[in-house]
This record gives sequence, structure tokens and C-alpha cells, in this order.
Amino acid sequence: MRDPNDVRRAVLAAITSVAPEVDPNAVDAKRPLREQLDLDSMDFLNVIVAIHRDLGVDVPERDYAKLATLDSAVAYLVAKP
Amino acid sequence: MSEFRMPSLGADMEAGTLVEWRVAPGDAVERGDVVALVETDKGLIEIEIWEGGVVDRLLVAKGTKVPVGTVLATLKTAETTPAPPVVRASPGAKQLARELDVDLASVRGTGPHDSITRADVERASSKPPPAREGQLDLAAIRRAIAAAMARSKREIPHYYLATEIDVSRALAWLEAENARRDPTERVLFAAVLLVAVARAAREVPEVNGFFVDGAFRPSSDVHAGVAISLRQGGLVSPAIHDVHRKSVAETQAALRDLVARARAGRLRSSEMSDATITVTNLGDQGVASVFGVIYPPQVALVGFGKVVDKPWAEGGMIGVRPILTATLAADHRVSDGHRGGLFLAAVARILQKPEEL
Repeated sequence: MRDPNDVRRAVLAAITSVAPEVDPNAVDAKRPLREQLDLDSMDFLNVIVAIHRDLGVDVPERDYAKLATLDSAVAYLVAKP
Repeated sequence: MSEFRMPSLGADMEAGTLVEWRVAPGDAVERGDVVALVETDKGLIEIEIWEGGVVDRLLVAKGTKVPVGTVLATLKTAETTPAPPVVRASPGAKQLARELDVDLASVRGTGPHDSITRADVERASSKPPPAREGQLDLAAIRRAIAAAMARSKREIPHYYLATEIDVSRALAWLEAENARRDPTERVLFAAVLLVAVARAAREVPEVNGFFVDGAFRPSSDVHAGVAISLRQGGLVSPAIHDVHRKSVAETQAALRDLVARARAGRLRSSEMSDATITVTNLGDQGVASVFGVIYPPQVALVGFGKVVDKPWAEGGMIGVRPILTATLAADHRVSDGHRGGLFLAAVARILQKPEEL
């Protein structure tokens, strides 16, 4: 079980590594990330790659929808073995 | 002796500013080496050289804006000079060696055939490697887009076709492929579509090439221009070379590299000037159909929209299938609706056998 605050920081770091103009403090945790931050498929894949690198979690493609919002991404990654 | 000139990096480029030389007199260069950095309306572009030899003289100083075609440097070619002792080093390693004042002759190479890599140069230097930041002039990019698109609509008699494609087989194949891949090696559907377009373009060559001086010049290779939106706004369409010869995985790797460099303002001259057909994919934005404007002197643009579940009849049965709308904007001076239709039909057919891509 990972610490939710650490996971949230890691997800936001992954996002800002892909979209440097994003202010992590301005991300609405309940709104879909791709729509909110204008992330295309390549950006989203790069976020998945950064999460894999930084948290060691391999998110399979069929679970991508579970990372739709910041809150849902944190919940998924905290519980993911 | 040969001359290295300011290249044209797009239909509407008239001049470029030499920002940086990546070579010095006496350096040995090979075909494809990046020798200079030039600023254009589309950002900073790395300029490659298309002839091997030894750099003789640099004729244009840093910071100078010169018209397309201006001689930038002279080169001693194999015919004009005996072969110098060649230091095997990647262009990036040569550049870093200059920045860090490292003598390449003193560096032991660990790359292929003992060539010197950037890491070798970093190890040989006591200085930290310099940080590089891309620079993008968004207003200039918008002006360049405006000029090219206005010219296109002025000169090219566009016609438009659309077709719906059942992509259930392609998506199922892709899902199975990605399930066994590490995240860094996963393939986007966009890469599958690029390969399908490239192979279809080989079947219908009237959509692949350039219209120049009143005549169509078909290309035997398919260099797919990929419309990439920049995160700060604006659009560039650099090319992935030889997509017809690439696998889906190779195309994905090239696409990933191209998107990263486009957004960092680090594209290469060959990528900016030789796309033979453009592909634009707006499915991520929820767009149903794309009716694009051809980028001159190309003669076609292929558009893809969002994959949506729709009722679909096949073999007398109705089911729900993931459907993609593919469109073609093509130049009526070169092809007609019949040939354009065959092209879209080829794209649809190729996507039914994704395992062959």
C-alpha cells in the first residue's frame, strides 16, 4: 500500500514532465485529466511511462480509464500491487 | 569542392537565421550529419548535410539571416582532398565536444565500431554538459501556417472523400500487442494508421509526392508528414521517413521521438522539407471527421477522426463495432475521386489485416 500523498505528488510530477505548462496546484482532482489539461494519446502514454518509471507500477492499457481523474488515478495506484 | 547552401524547409520559407554551427573548418562530416542550427518561422531546425567530406570554410556568421540558397559553407569532397584521419563520433558527440572543449582525438570511443558517443565525451570532460532549451516563436509559426494554407487554398483544387472503417480487428490486435509490451514500448493506434496510409499510398501513387512547376512528381518512398499540435499553440508537420518500410513498432518509436522533438523545437531540416503526404489525427479531440488543407507542394492529406461505437452490418448481421471515419483531401490536378476512393479502400482493407503490418 503506497502513501496517497506520495502517489499524488508522483502523478502530478509525471503530468508536469509531459506538460510543463501545467500548474500542479490548479489541477481539479475530480475532472478528467485529458480533457482538463489537453493531453493527447502520446502525452497520456508518456504519463503512464513516467508513472512506471517513478512508482514501479505497470498500468495495463485496459486500466487506463481508471486514471481518468487525479483522484481516481491516486486511488488506483495506491491499491495497485 | 562543393557548396553547402541554406535549404528550403517548407513551401513558404524565404530565409533563415544561422543560430549555431555544429562543425568547424577541418571537421570530417558524413551524409546525414547535423552541421548547423537554423531558426525559421517554424522554430529551430537542425540542418543536415547531404554530402560527405571535410569542412573547408564557414561563410556565414552566427546570427546572420540569409535567403534560401545562400552558400553557408564550402566542403572538400573526396574528389578534392585526400581522406583525412577520420575521428568516428556521432554528430551529437562532436557538438558536445566543441561545447566542452574536449579534443575528440583524446577520447576512447565505446560506441559501434569504437565510435565516440556523447557519454564518452561527457566522461572525458570535467565540465557538466550544457542544458539546452528549445525556442518556439508561436507568432511566427502561425504566420507560416497562414502563408502555406492560404497558398494551398489559392492554388490547389481540393476534393474531399470520406469513408467509415470497421477497426475492431485492428484494435483487438493492438490491445493484444500492448498487453505484452512494457509501457515504454506500447504502440498507439496512430502508428497503426500511419503504416496503413503508407502502404495504401504505395498502391495509389497519385496521392504521394509533389506538384512542382506544373507537373506531378510522384515519390517512390512514403515520408508521412504528421500534424503535431504544439502544447503552447500552433502546429508543425514534420515527416517520418520511409514509413512504407517500417513496422508498426518502428513507426511508433519514430512518432514518439518526433513529437518530443517537435515540442522542444528540435526538428531536423530533412523532416521539415520532404513529407510526401500528410496525416492528421484529431480523434483525441473528439472530432468525427477531418477535412484538411493540403500542405503544398504535397498533393494529399489523410484525416482520421474519433473511433466511435456504431451499428454496423456485415454478412447480413447487425452488430455494434468501433468505427473510424477516414477522409482524404486530394489535389484534383493529380488525381480524381476514383483514384482517391481506391486509396481510402486500400487503407480500410489494410486495417482488416493488422497482423500483416
